[in-house]
Amino acid sequence: MARFNVKAFGITKEIIGTKESVVELEAATVHELKEFLYNKYPRLSGLKSLFIAVNHNYAEDMQAIHETDEIALIPPVSGG
Amino acid sequence: MIKITEKAIDVQKVIDTACSLGAGAVNVFIGTVRNTAHAKNVLWLEYEAYEAMAVAEIKKITDEASHRWPILGFGVSHRIGTLKPGEVSVVVAVSTPHRRDSFDACQFIIDNLKEKAPIWKKEVFEDGEEWISARPAGTMAVQN
Repeated sequence: MARFNVKAFGITKEIIGTKESVVELEAATVHELKEFLYNKYPRLSGLKSLFIAVNHNYAEDMQAIHETDEIALIPPVSGG
Repeated sequence: MIKITEKAIDVQKVIDTACSLGAGAVNVFIGTVRNTAHAKNVLWLEYEAYEAMAVAEIKKITDEASHRWPILGFGVSHRIGTLKPGEVSVVVAVSTPHRRDSFDACQFIIDNLKEKAPIWKKEVFEDGEEWISARPAGTMAVQN
């Protein structure tokens, strides 16, 4: 089992209920992390989009993630 | 200069960072908080940023802009926290030798910032609140 620290912002912080949480996962790609989160927090599927950032960069679904990575949920952005 | 700040933005300061003696034009975009949305009165907006990544994303955007246009100086400042209608939420200032490039570069930076920078705003109304663009059109807002 690997432990990933996941930051949440905007509406994802409200859905998950905390700014930072620990996710324990066997496999470790962005896609698998998203599947896990969609199962645990079904309201995430209601968002227009959901990206995962790894070490401050938008990540592709097939990208591997590691325990030391800074991982964050990026719901639709609305700056400006 | 790229900055995410909780304090009121000093517009002149952002312009000053963009200025250059070789510039014939300084183009400035100032984003402000609107007092209405969805035909309702906005009481205030709550801005939030993933600060380190927002700075990194804006840096990528200004790097790309610098490849496309002869930018001599620029400043980007985005405010976070609670903002009331009329307050300044973002300032982009760009200087170039000639005006056309300064318009184009400034627009490129603000358009891409809005699309890519991990910054979010929540509109707070008298009867509820909503994170902008979070849900597909037509779905219900979160009510208090």
